[in-house]
Amino acid sequence: MGSISYYVRRVVSSLLTIVLIATVTFLMMHSIPGGPFSREKAVPAEILKSLNEKYNLDAPLHEQYVDYMYRLFIKFDFGPSFSIIGTSVNQLIDSGKDASLKIGLYASIVIILLGIPLGIISALKQNKPIDYAVMFMATLGVTIPSFVVATLIIYFFAGKLGWIPTFGLEDPRGYIGPVVALAGYSLSFVSRLTRSSMLEVLRQDYIRTARANGISEFKVIAKHAVKNALIPVVTYIGPMIAALLTGSFVVEKIFAIPGMGRYFVVSVGNRDYTTIMGMTILYSAFYIVTILLVDIAYGFIDPRIRLGKE
Amino acid sequence: MSKILEVKNLNTSFFTHLGEVKAVRGNTFSLEKGDILGIVGESGSGKSVTALSIMGLIEHPGRIVSGEVVFNGEVISTKSNKEMSSIRGSEISMIFQDPMTSLNPVFTIENLMMEVIMRHQKVSKSKAREIAIEKLRMVGIPEPEKRIKSYPHEFSGGMRQRAMIATALSCNPKLLIADEPTTALDVTIQAQILEILRKLATEIDTSIMIITHDLGVIAETCKNLIVMYGGMIMEKGTVDEIFHSPQHPYTLGLMNSVPKLHQKEKSRLIPIPGSPPDLMNPPKGCPFSPRCPYAMSICREEMAPAYRIGPTHTSACWMLHQDAPQTEVFKKGCEVDAG
Repeated sequence: MGSISYYVRRVVSSLLTIVLIATVTFLMMHSIPGGPFSREKAVPAEILKSLNEKYNLDAPLHEQYVDYMYRLFIKFDFGPSFSIIGTSVNQLIDSGKDASLKIGLYASIVIILLGIPLGIISALKQNKPIDYAVMFMATLGVTIPSFVVATLIIYFFAGKLGWIPTFGLEDPRGYIGPVVALAGYSLSFVSRLTRSSMLEVLRQDYIRTARANGISEFKVIAKHAVKNALIPVVTYIGPMIAALLTGSFVVEKIFAIPGMGRYFVVSVGNRDYTTIMGMTILYSAFYIVTILLVDIAYGFIDPRIRLGKE
Repeated sequence: MSKILEVKNLNTSFFTHLGEVKAVRGNTFSLEKGDILGIVGESGSGKSVTALSIMGLIEHPGRIVSGEVVFNGEVISTKSNKEMSSIRGSEISMIFQDPMTSLNPVFTIENLMMEVIMRHQKVSKSKAREIAIEKLRMVGIPEPEKRIKSYPHEFSGGMRQRAMIATALSCNPKLLIADEPTTALDVTIQAQILEILRKLATEIDTSIMIITHDLGVIAETCKNLIVMYGGMIMEKGTVDEIFHSPQHPYTLGLMNSVPKLHQKEKSRLIPIPGSPPDLMNPPKGCPFSPRCPYAMSICREEMAPAYRIGPTHTSACWMLHQDAPQTEVFKKGCEVDAG
């Protein structure tokens, strides 16, 4: 599927994209008035001056830029956090990554293993009670925001019934709440997408051909229809996984999970340049990698797509 | 000669929200072993629904309301979908109009063909591949050992139709139904595909039913012909009988709307005025009566019985009744066909 030179080109262009994203974020952050040490109560001028000196914020912008880029791409060092003193951004990411990655991974697995089959069943039982039930739940899942779902889960399953802990991940059951809240939207979206894609495919002429050739109904669905129906679903799932793995602020906040998502949001309010840059670049890198993986997966699912050929 | 296929008083309807659409109404016909039968009619005349009814592929909300399909002496119209699936592709095969969309784009020709062969025949993988290559060679695909690895999109339209025919014939079916097999193809490719069908019919002893709206295709390939309109059979006979002496105003209309070589350049084609009937509310009487230049008052009241013109030629038109007005075209005073 595609040639080596194609992959080389893709990796190079991905790296350039990340450099571009880093540059744009850097310039945008520095173009906003105020800085990481602006407080409601004015910091004395001498202290501010020495702080700026310490973090090299008094240097001309281009020097700061070159310095930052050098550390980022050569040493993979995101620099020190400006708001959490004495901690580097690398340490922040490191401390949050386990929880975020785990919850994101579990949510992705739930979405793929549940969303796709539900969509297929719904399509096969179109306009039957089971289809209505699945689509009703899916509509709820798409429309109800994750913080409402999370709050309801805590209220009923943690509070009233006491089946799961209200916060934290010490108890393995603690994963249930955040995973469900995080997966809800995408699970609903994937099952709706699979259903409509499946319905579209089932109307195609080649499905009739398969039936006319005596292929069993099970194989018509499981082999001939599903592989075609998954093409648009894969497009959605790639970036979705990137978003889930990098953590969700809302869900992490409500379930008090020490993940990466919360640092991102807090850092924006604090004008914590290095943390914002670090998180943005991490997000972008995840996205770019998954999009690359989706493109490669396309070549395997749909032979009409030839990578690297004009 | 014995009959490979008999369709008796077939009625197929689609039950939509708006009401019952009677797509096929009381069709009766048969196909002798080794014959090539053509079914001609315009869009919506019930040709394809007849074919899908035979295959047992009528999908919800449609179903066979009454009548039966007898294949090789066995009633197949009452069989379950599962029972039919072992007949489809092995005993009766079907090929479709649009080769561009009728082959699954995500599998190789090899995968698609071997799946069908191994579904119906107890053979090893390598034997199945051998059969597939052999069939591809039969339908004129060059270098079949290499081309079998191709995906459908790597084939041209004509090649895809050949691949589809090769798949349909992979288990040497007794009957092949070809639904508009050449409609989507170039004229030069059309002739090649028809030639392949005709050749294979004799080579592997397959009877063929060709559905088309193209009288040229019929003239080139078929021995017998059925003319359908509004879900009903209007005229039935050998191609010679019907082409030389059409005995139904609709057949006559079809013939007049096709260009002929010996006609003067300036002479116009005569289209049939009006449009096909709404099968939700088909006209009482003969479905063609609203468009028929010969229509009489009885035509709007009651469908004509099939009149027997010759040993194999029948036509369902009141113009053949003994009290009908005298014309140059219609042989009035025919007997009503008992069968």
